[in-house]
Amino acid sequence: MTTATIIQSLASGLLMGLLYGLVAVGLALIFGLMDVTNFAHGEFLMLAMYITFFLFAFFAIDPLLAMPLVGAAMFLFGALVYLFVVRFAMRARANIGMVQIFTTFGLAILMRGLAQYFFTPDYRSINVSWLGGKTVSIGGVFLPVPQLVGAGVSLLAFGALYFFIKKTDFGRALEATREDAGAVALVGIDKNKVFALGWGLGGALVGIAGAVMAMFFYIYPDVGASFALIAYVTVALGGFGSVFGAFAGGIIVGLVEASTALILPPSLKSIGIYAVYLLVVFIRPRGLFGSM
Amino acid sequence: MNDAHTKRRRRDLIVAAVLALLAACAPLVVKDVYIQNIMVLTLMYAALSQAWNILGGYCGQISLGHALYFGLGAYTTALLFTKFGVLPWFGMLGGGVLSALIALGLGYPTFRLRGHYFVIATIVIAEIALLLFLNWDWAGAALGIDIPVRGDSWAKFQFTRSKLPYFYFALAFCCVAFLITWWLEDSKWGYWWRAVKDNPDAAESLGVVVFNSKMGAAAVSAFLTAIGGAFYAQFVSYIDPDSVMTFQFSLLMALPAVLGGIGTLWGPVLGAAILIPLTELTRSYIGGSGRGVDLILYGTVIVVIALARPEGLIGLFSRKPAPKGVPQ
Repeated sequence: MTTATIIQSLASGLLMGLLYGLVAVGLALIFGLMDVTNFAHGEFLMLAMYITFFLFAFFAIDPLLAMPLVGAAMFLFGALVYLFVVRFAMRARANIGMVQIFTTFGLAILMRGLAQYFFTPDYRSINVSWLGGKTVSIGGVFLPVPQLVGAGVSLLAFGALYFFIKKTDFGRALEATREDAGAVALVGIDKNKVFALGWGLGGALVGIAGAVMAMFFYIYPDVGASFALIAYVTVALGGFGSVFGAFAGGIIVGLVEASTALILPPSLKSIGIYAVYLLVVFIRPRGLFGSM
Repeated sequence: MNDAHTKRRRRDLIVAAVLALLAACAPLVVKDVYIQNIMVLTLMYAALSQAWNILGGYCGQISLGHALYFGLGAYTTALLFTKFGVLPWFGMLGGGVLSALIALGLGYPTFRLRGHYFVIATIVIAEIALLLFLNWDWAGAALGIDIPVRGDSWAKFQFTRSKLPYFYFALAFCCVAFLITWWLEDSKWGYWWRAVKDNPDAAESLGVVVFNSKMGAAAVSAFLTAIGGAFYAQFVSYIDPDSVMTFQFSLLMALPAVLGGIGTLWGPVLGAAILIPLTELTRSYIGGSGRGVDLILYGTVIVVIALARPEGLIGLFSRKPAPKGVPQ
């Protein structure tokens, strides 16, 4: 194992980590806002990847251009899921935690079934996008362009999210509702609107992530499952309640995965991620930056 | 301890006895092997969900990693039998004890975690075990273990000609899990667990040893789950990591209890009786097309039940909602 190999894998790990952060941030946002874990998050990602694929297949829109479209479509989808499903799960008077877990989990299975029905279980891929298959060499380190651009998009998305939460009225309403939904109602902010906005925003973020992922991953009905667990671990590692914990969590997960792959056989590379999660929460039961 | 309470507990036992008797007679009428197969699976999941319910329902520690104990039970039995010729009954017991010990070992660090941190820890631990088994050559790695047929006998717990012996074992397993829960529900453990579930801080201040209560629930739950895994290995006579240790299994154990009525004696039984036949029938009648119609139906049922009956289907049977914490 030479220094060059190590630098090479850490660099790819960092890019992958930024993408993991982008996949996870929607989950973190929704959890932070209303204490709900969306167990259909992986299926949101799957849907976004399919939208990207069909925009490409039918309208020849490159994933890079499709990004805002997919984001907008997933914003709508997220908001609708809140208004038509999750809103009712929030009303449950008995064991509300389980109701939320299993409502979103049922939704995940439903979405997977619908994807199989309408899109067939076939593996699909976007083979001739502008960036697909290209690599650049920076100081002797080879980096795939789609991942590099994806990492850049992730940085931009986190920056925009930061600006949105800190500087806009909607963002402040989001933060305020997160801190005290009851008090917010007293000053005339409609809690449901804010929650729907939160779900829309979470959907849009995972939508952008899906458009990036579609450039270099196979697209199939179960694709979400493989990323969902990594997303949960990313959010929990960063700490629930902290949107930007997901950013740090993602980078750590990406780097740990890359370093594990250097030491252990590739089939065991996820063990490193899981072990680091356990280690962190055993020492800090609220994750790295968590508030709850 | 009032009179109504004693009466209700006696009624639970009588209803269970009648149902068990009816179930025991069912094979006299049902000769179809396919249906018998579904009955075996239904009983097995009822028992597994009952086991999950002890930790997840009564004690309130939501584990989505019980596939670990299921898999350990299956693997201990299959490995001891194929490698050393140890009879499955000892493997079953050994797998149960091993799982209980591992649950205690894992409980030590994980029970300090709360909420989603705990749930994710249970998922992650089971995933680590899954990956290790997938790469463990001696245990068959991804190819799994084919349990060799050595003739039908109760000693070897193998039956190739008829499913009925499996059916009666599954029924007995289900009854034992029910009785253990029935007994624990009214023991000091049952009261501790409900206290821990409702408010761990208040329970602690009232002298309930929260940590030990969780450990006790975890050990019983893991032991019973492993028995189910050992049974499953014998029943299907072939296991691999993907068929006994995946996340899907953890969910299948939790679902009947949650949809039937979490933290109730009858919830897992009711949930399994509805969910398992539905899953199996839809899978074989409309799932064969490979177009996901079974998943669409299954997902819809889960969403609808979770939203319409958040306290579980058991709520359909009680005229007034049960007060939290103490059984009536």
